[in-house]
Amino acid sequence: MSDLTNLTITEALDSLKKKEITSVELTEAHIQAMEQNRHLNAYIVETPELALDQARASDARRSGGDVGVIEGIPMGMKDLYCTAGVQTTAASKILEGFKPEYESTVSKNMLDEGMVMLGKLNLDEFAMGSSNETSGFGGVQNPWKRKGDDTVLVPGGSSGGSSAAVAARIAMGATGTDTGGSIRQPAAFTGICGIKPTYGRCSRWGIVAFASSLDQAGPMARTVEDCAVMLQAMAGYDAKDSTSVNCEVPDYRSLLTGDIRGMKVGIPKEYRIDGISDEISKLWDDGIAWLKDAGAEIVDISLPHTKYALPAYYIIAPAEASSNLARYDGVRYGLRVAPEGGNLIDMYEATRAAGFGDEVKRRIMIGTYVLSAGFYDAYYNKARKLRKLIWQDFDNAYKDVNVILTPTAPSAAFGVGEKSDDQIAMYLNDVFTVTTNLAGLPGMSIPAGLDANGLPLGLQLIGRPFDEGTVMNVAKVMEKAANFTAMPEMAQKKAA
Amino acid sequence: MTITTTNPERSDDALVTIDKETVAKVAKLARIKITEAEQEKFAGELTGIMNWIEQLSEVDTDGVEPLTSVVDVTLHQRKDEITDGDIRDKVLSNAPEAQEGFFVVPKVVE
Repeated sequence: MSDLTNLTITEALDSLKKKEITSVELTEAHIQAMEQNRHLNAYIVETPELALDQARASDARRSGGDVGVIEGIPMGMKDLYCTAGVQTTAASKILEGFKPEYESTVSKNMLDEGMVMLGKLNLDEFAMGSSNETSGFGGVQNPWKRKGDDTVLVPGGSSGGSSAAVAARIAMGATGTDTGGSIRQPAAFTGICGIKPTYGRCSRWGIVAFASSLDQAGPMARTVEDCAVMLQAMAGYDAKDSTSVNCEVPDYRSLLTGDIRGMKVGIPKEYRIDGISDEISKLWDDGIAWLKDAGAEIVDISLPHTKYALPAYYIIAPAEASSNLARYDGVRYGLRVAPEGGNLIDMYEATRAAGFGDEVKRRIMIGTYVLSAGFYDAYYNKARKLRKLIWQDFDNAYKDVNVILTPTAPSAAFGVGEKSDDQIAMYLNDVFTVTTNLAGLPGMSIPAGLDANGLPLGLQLIGRPFDEGTVMNVAKVMEKAANFTAMPEMAQKKAA
Repeated sequence: MTITTTNPERSDDALVTIDKETVAKVAKLARIKITEAEQEKFAGELTGIMNWIEQLSEVDTDGVEPLTSVVDVTLHQRKDEITDGDIRDKVLSNAPEAQEGFFVVPKVVE
């Protein structure tokens, strides 16, 4: 048996089924790997004892013939999901020490399907960021390095702990959340797969809220099939989330037929922006060729309002965040800073000053500003009208095509500190991903190639509402054609 | 399509200026204490971001209905019934300060 941490989820499920390995063995291998890779800072909290208890219980269930969809698979949980009895921080100092009394619906679904939880994964504070550098618990290192260059690179964000952990083989899969690209961009930066499902596909209940009309949970793993298996366990209607949609969750694995003959793939001209590298343009062309070879029909399409998606997002998301984050006031949970002799307002102000980082403060203030008296119509309603136009762009496009192919991000992973002082440069990371959040559509990133520095690059597939099956089926075809087998050097050493 | 990466905060024809006083007012509304030096810093940064956002004004949105939900579903009504409760200690378990079944805050009424 090769290194257990190099197995994919589906390979591990197969080995578990054949009794070649146990969940305890698999979990122990990952706990050891987790300890050896603490320099990555991927986990905020490790839960090895809990994981071993869950692994033992899983092995017992399996002997009894009770086998869940992800039975016995050790995974990491983004620290935005509330986990009963395990500290949940959203990577913010304002929630340090918070131990929820309840389990988020998605993590509970996963536990019910046999997941073993290795720990809580680092992220940008309240999921606000594209590099994991805004975390209150320190940044995460990308396990990938440029060839012959020791510069520490960011793992993307906000699900940067998740992407780094899966790429470094210290989790077989991880949960992410995606409000503007937070699953797909980090997946692209670390050479893994990640899908943001349709808004409403996964329950948001128990996930720390950032921008409620955009937030969506999704899986991150090393193969398309692994994502399909994870999504199977995560998705489903939940009465506790009023925006959760009550429609059937198909058997995703059975939809991965590899047959895309006659399928129409849209190529939006507005995504050919200035400033993306030739390598990414070339990779996009490769993707088009792969799909053509597989029998798909390529259709040029137009999504005319693409350019306005990011600025509209930076009104809507901060507006919702400023409301959602009002709850952190030092009264019910988390940090409290009460100045000597101060009143209640002093306590609120001091607590929030000490507990929130700068990016979170910026977004709360933008949100407060755009919602304040006199500006509501000019900003918030304007943005919601743009959102409608962006939604209509896709709706029109989907009259002609089944799925849309674009790059995932405008660049490969960048170095720590390279963009952290320029907010707009950082925001532009999400230029290709944010449109699907505004329209509520499913989007998936898969690793499609390496740049000249040996860093992974991703391609994105965007689907019709609730058609994650088609997205993943096309992704599977591209995965096969791309034959992406590269690994971070540090993971190669371990595998050798 | 061109996306500008220049920070409009540095240009002279900035359309929106968020000054220190506005920052102070917004911070007050948001209940975040900020120092004088931070007011200066955030004023520059927020001006830059708001000017970048200002490009939305190029688009004619007259007659467009604002999007309120991406999914075309009618919210269902649940039965009006109590499904949980009697969890006072759980509710208070993460409180920075709790006493006799209550959250404790600095004195509000003299």
